[in-house]
Amino acid sequence: MTINWFKYSSPATFYPLAGKMIPLFYALAAILTVIGLYISFFVAPTDATQGEAYRIIFIHVPAAWMSMFIYLVMAMWAGLGLVMNTRLSSIMAQALAPTGAMFTFVALITGAFWGKPTWGTWWEWDARMTSELILLFLYIGYMSLTAAIDDVRRADKAGAILALVGAVNVPIIYFSVKWWNTLHQGASVSITHAPSMAKTMLLGMLIMALAAWMYSIAVALSRARLLMLEREKSTAWAQEVLEQKS
Amino acid sequence: MKPRHKKLLWVLGGLSLLGVATGLVLNALKSNLNYFYSPTQVSNHEAPSNRSFRLGGLVVDGSLKRQTDGLTVEFVVTDTANNIPVRYKGILPDLFKEGKSVVAQGKLDADGRFNADQVLAKHDENYMPPEAAQALEDAKKLNAGKAPKP
Repeated sequence: MTINWFKYSSPATFYPLAGKMIPLFYALAAILTVIGLYISFFVAPTDATQGEAYRIIFIHVPAAWMSMFIYLVMAMWAGLGLVMNTRLSSIMAQALAPTGAMFTFVALITGAFWGKPTWGTWWEWDARMTSELILLFLYIGYMSLTAAIDDVRRADKAGAILALVGAVNVPIIYFSVKWWNTLHQGASVSITHAPSMAKTMLLGMLIMALAAWMYSIAVALSRARLLMLEREKSTAWAQEVLEQKS
Repeated sequence: MKPRHKKLLWVLGGLSLLGVATGLVLNALKSNLNYFYSPTQVSNHEAPSNRSFRLGGLVVDGSLKRQTDGLTVEFVVTDTANNIPVRYKGILPDLFKEGKSVVAQGKLDADGRFNADQVLAKHDENYMPPEAAQALEDAKKLNAGKAPKP
């Protein structure tokens, strides 16, 4: 069976489909968060060196992963919009940006809360922290740029170029702890070696990451739906939707 | 060639050029992007001698000495090749421990001692329950007892 992907790249078909998918992803996010938090607080053991302070990892690492991953997905959509001129791609890129910025902010703040009791400092200008802060600025820059240009097509193009250029920062964040001496420790979980965490700790972290993932999809889809309506408000399908709502 | 293929080539070409440029810049900045100097770098006079810098390494087991004022501490930082004595007056972070990593900011004095005005604990990426850590510690001691020290 072949799926006609271009059918789904039309806002008129994607709008109702997204509407059906959103509750599902919200429900999954809620269930996974409850399970994840339960494991994080009650099942995962205390850490030998850091005591209970390490538990912030269950928020910090999923948020940091999402901040980088969402940026890559956003740049991918923006690039696709630039090359293929598909309306939906640029909408998806714009819909993802605020969620990515939120996760970057959460990663930075929880990192500060974690750094104080363990390292003894809220903030240091080491490569990992600085590059993550630049990621936050990139998200904010992307959102400001697309919001500042009134012509939607030009806004999409300018935003896409910024998003694509900024993508070089993501590998820098990820590998910063490998390439340079940093205060931040290396990766506990990576594809090149076995995870250096106790199993239940790892399980809690992965479930929380999955929950963050589901939440991001749900929020991005709802935002994309709004953007679709706003941009296509003069078309027949949008008029129909708006009439049904009022 | 369709216009969208042309655009794709532009985007991919631009990204790869940007990637190469970033790689070159980062390579050129390599030494400036390091957060701290190792004791070996300090011994080789690679660290700045007239201004403050950060020194990172392991605290040598049994090297921690507390002065009578209760605040001043002295310890030795090593990267197993070279040692640098450090003096610090202030409160140490909770995770500061002999045998663990530390990053100190300060200046070298004339006789090679590092006077720190900030000491941060650096922890590793391993997370385990205390029982597992104890088991590892016991195994290490057992092995140390068996094999004669080099």
